[in-house]
Amino acid sequence: MKISIKQKVLLLKLLIHISAFLPLAYLYYQALNDQLGADPVQRVIHFTGIGAFNLLLLTLTVSPLAKYFKRGYLLQVRRLLGLYTFFYALFHVLNFLAFDLQFAWGVFIGEVFKRPYISIGMVAFLLLSALAITSLNSIKRKMGRAWQSLHNFSYLILILIAVHFYWSVKSEILVPLFYGLLSFTILLFRYKKLQQLFMRLFS
Amino acid sequence: MLIKTPQKLQLKEQDVTPENIYFNRRDMLKKMGFLGASSLLASAAVSSKANAIEWFSEKEKASFNLEPLTYQADNNNAKLILTPETKVTTHNNFYEFGAQKHQPAELSQGFQVNPWQLTISGECDKPITLDYDDLTTMFTLEERIYRLRCVEAWSMVVPWIGFSLADLLRKVSPNSNAKYVRFETLHDPEQMPGQQNRRLGGGINYPYVEGLRLDEAMNPLALMSVGLYGKTLPPQNGAPIRLVVPWKYGFKSIKSIVSIKLVSQPPKTTWQQLAPQEYGFYANVNPEHDHPRWSQASERRITTGGLFSRNRIETLPFNGYGEQVAHLYKGMNLRKNY
Repeated sequence: MKISIKQKVLLLKLLIHISAFLPLAYLYYQALNDQLGADPVQRVIHFTGIGAFNLLLLTLTVSPLAKYFKRGYLLQVRRLLGLYTFFYALFHVLNFLAFDLQFAWGVFIGEVFKRPYISIGMVAFLLLSALAITSLNSIKRKMGRAWQSLHNFSYLILILIAVHFYWSVKSEILVPLFYGLLSFTILLFRYKKLQQLFMRLFS
Repeated sequence: MLIKTPQKLQLKEQDVTPENIYFNRRDMLKKMGFLGASSLLASAAVSSKANAIEWFSEKEKASFNLEPLTYQADNNNAKLILTPETKVTTHNNFYEFGAQKHQPAELSQGFQVNPWQLTISGECDKPITLDYDDLTTMFTLEERIYRLRCVEAWSMVVPWIGFSLADLLRKVSPNSNAKYVRFETLHDPEQMPGQQNRRLGGGINYPYVEGLRLDEAMNPLALMSVGLYGKTLPPQNGAPIRLVVPWKYGFKSIKSIVSIKLVSQPPKTTWQQLAPQEYGFYANVNPEHDHPRWSQASERRITTGGLFSRNRIETLPFNGYGEQVAHLYKGMNLRKNY
């Protein structure tokens, strides 16, 4: 029996749902029941942060993969991955606000403006939110060519997040450096596109 | 003569679960959990690999032996809500055994603390070397329930057992050149995987070095701890002997000490070398002086409860020990000398 492309996409989407949603559900189940080590707050913040970064990298790997292996249908799962990136980032920010700062809004706003690593993280999150909202088909259609221009910001988001991670650690820079390298590699695949964007920006 | 007829329900000695299996059960459950969770998408591929290897390795993990201690109880601080023992012993910053909080408890259980040598030397008349037994027998041990404030803005309340650093220093008679005290942790990459592997060890310089001004060291609050919760220290908490300076951020309270040296100049401490703009020599708990990357005005007190425990509290100057130590810093600008 041959699986149709439609079925392949469906299976892929199912796989993405399972492997992105279940860990998040399990994480909060453990955290709420005090089964996540001595400081569940730190754990949920780190897990969702790293998770969002992994998902963003994966999202941006889809189109080079589709091109290289000539599997155009892969592009059909990109939006789902992008949306999960957004949801992980949303939980990352909410964890910080709700569980770490425990809704001390004044402190939250102060930290966003005072700490460079949080500032750029927040910029990345706002951009990501814009991409998530405009991913609705109806909005996408209305936006026309502007949609692609807006969604090119995903590369800037990647850079911001890589710096955010690097700036956030005390001394353990090896993992952030590894993620920086991965991000750089992904940008390399878009060398020509980024060059064009750059030229348009400064000409 | 008393004749006991064992009842059917009564357990016999052979029914008792062997201690090592009993203590390993949580470990096994935890690993199953980790393996399950980490093989999923969101966690780093690296860590799932490490766990899988650990799971399949045949290497028997020696469980560390804790001995009960005799000590005077601390009745003055009985009203403080203690951080549960399991949290005190599983949430540790001890990069020698891994830079992630849960790693020291997992990677240090084979640590050898006997024999041990602690040398007190430098600018003093009677340098001495203590061996393992001296650590718990040379001084009368007392319990001290202290708040511990980490520079990362979380805190615990720990029932330490130990003796005053001042008592130890008096034994060696510091001379007039002694102005500072320099502490050093054991350097043994064979036993401390973080010293061997940069990824595990968080990229700090080893051996770990800390320091105090002599008058700070002589303050009665400065404690040499050899135990917690009634027993000798587990390795992840700094066995067999560590410093506890409760009015300073936790990183000053150096663990597994092999050398205490009286010196004339301020020693270059580990975190100061790595990031001088973030970690100063004094590192007194100060809610008014932020870490460059986060606020120090409040902290999360780790006790019990999960995500929704409302545990954020105000941070107090000198971690609430101002009455005992503020005079040490009279006239000093504590924003400049952070």
